[in-house]
Amino acid sequence: MSRVLVVLTSLALAGPALAKDAIGLSVSTLNNPFFVTLRDGAKAAAAKAGVDLVVLDAQDKVDKQVADIEDLVQRKVKVVLVNPTDAAAVVPAIERANAAKIPVITVDRAASGGKVAYHIASDNVAGGKLAADFLCKLLGGKGNVVELEGIPGSSAARDRGKGFNDELKARCKGVTVVARQTANFDRGQGLSVMENVLQAQRAIDAVFAHNDEMALGAVQAIQASGRPIKVVGFDATDDAVKAVNACKMAATVAQQPAEMGRLAVEKAAALLKGTAPAKTEFIPVALKLVSNASCK
Amino acid sequence: MNAVLQGFRRIEKERYAAFAALAILSILSAILSPFFLQPQNLLNIVRQVSYTGIIALGMTFVIVSGGIDLSVGSMAAFVGSLAVITLNASVNAGLPEWVAVAAAVVCAVLVGVACGLANGVLVTKGRIAPFIVTLGTMALFRSLSLYMGNAGEFRSESMVFGELGSSAPLGVPLPAFILIGLAGALSFVFTRTRYGRYVRAVGSNARVARYSAIDVDTTRLLAYALVGLMVGVSAVLIAMRFNSVGSSTVGINYELDAIAAVIIGGTSMAGGRGTVWGTVVGAITLGVINNMLNMVGISPYLQGTVKGLVIIGAVFIQRQRQ
Repeated sequence: MSRVLVVLTSLALAGPALAKDAIGLSVSTLNNPFFVTLRDGAKAAAAKAGVDLVVLDAQDKVDKQVADIEDLVQRKVKVVLVNPTDAAAVVPAIERANAAKIPVITVDRAASGGKVAYHIASDNVAGGKLAADFLCKLLGGKGNVVELEGIPGSSAARDRGKGFNDELKARCKGVTVVARQTANFDRGQGLSVMENVLQAQRAIDAVFAHNDEMALGAVQAIQASGRPIKVVGFDATDDAVKAVNACKMAATVAQQPAEMGRLAVEKAAALLKGTAPAKTEFIPVALKLVSNASCK
Repeated sequence: MNAVLQGFRRIEKERYAAFAALAILSILSAILSPFFLQPQNLLNIVRQVSYTGIIALGMTFVIVSGGIDLSVGSMAAFVGSLAVITLNASVNAGLPEWVAVAAAVVCAVLVGVACGLANGVLVTKGRIAPFIVTLGTMALFRSLSLYMGNAGEFRSESMVFGELGSSAPLGVPLPAFILIGLAGALSFVFTRTRYGRYVRAVGSNARVARYSAIDVDTTRLLAYALVGLMVGVSAVLIAMRFNSVGSSTVGINYELDAIAAVIIGGTSMAGGRGTVWGTVVGAITLGVINNMLNMVGISPYLQGTVKGLVIIGAVFIQRQRQ
């Protein structure tokens, strides 16, 4: 035992060579296809720019994300890209990066403090409005809608819900939200929540889900019930786009996560050569609606 | 003579197995990453593990007494939320900031103990299995936090509170100081007091303990109160660190990390056997694993595999010893 320790200690003290310049990406979760696509976009851009990308998964835990960012600072990455799990809780970690003179870029979700060079995201409120407008036209201005909400308290759930509901109230008074339940951005929960709602509500014309995972779960429940209900999702994940093409879903709001990842790395690469802006610069990523006109 | 020597060896192995594992893991980490041995990185690890480590100290008593507490993560969110509400109410009432911070700390500790006692009463007086009780209160505490915060976060309105969270007296992070201080105190309680002996006796065999005139229910009740106290301390430190408490995000999987730290530290899940310092080592071991996986750049999807294997390995080694 003691011999093993001696050998290992001598190897440790010899130490390996330092890694080359790198960019760190702390993602809220890699259990969601949206963020996997975001990571893939970032990876592709990093390979193209010739920089190393270190990706860490916070697993939707605020304390792990803070620890991950602290680890990235210790690894001496040149730029930190953050997709925050929690806007307020991530602030101490951003401040730690600030203190180490490492520029920070937030992606998809904003942080509520610390010095951030760029914020790259699409407008979730606008996305909610886009979904409301589409459903309003699809239902001919009247009908009953079920809203499947994301993780309670998350900025995405709040903003998408706000955009959707505000738009219905302002421009489509004939469409009523008859049920509003959370399914935590999860496909399995989307399925079970929708099954329950289908039992409770006899008249449902459409469903708006705050993300595609919940929408796809709802689709399964609706198919099993045999009722003609239109489903609109959010994110345009590969599975959802396939479902739209197969007329199983009416539409999905495309956030272009790969584009977010690409832009984040490009801005990070630019920061390696230049200086950060004096105050946070917002870089919007365009939203578009993916639908299929050939579906009835 | 041989039997005596073997007995000593077994005690030494049991006492130092967790320490040896941590030493090997640390050396391995240093080989794999040039950043691991940097003082700031080591301080980061100690701070990162302090929050669940403090909870794990209380969990040691619960597990050694033959129980389990799955509610600690949700309890941390609930207690932390109330602490920040108390803090903000005190600040808004015009009290000096240090008084407001003290009020938040007292609130967290009292509510933590109350929550722990509630679990303990249901287990001991209600005669419900600890797993079931704490599974129920896990949902209850999380639900109450979500309701109070409307699923959002409670942000501190005190500058002092946040500054305390990032303070490092003598260069050592405040939570680490508290972890070591509490570990020392609880180690003394566990090894040198009547209560510590009772906890081990109850965990080994509750019926025999009862025949030995030990108040089994009170012993277990106090163990749950103690873990509640530790959650209170941890929750206020977490709130200080983030200067906020997210009702839906704080405390996720803390129960699993705390239980894992206790097991890796050499405490038997069957009860009756364990060490407080072993738990501290277990918590640091988990922190080193997380840190190493990040530094080395292992796929995020495989990180759970490594942690899982370490936990299973720790239990397997315990089995071999018994």
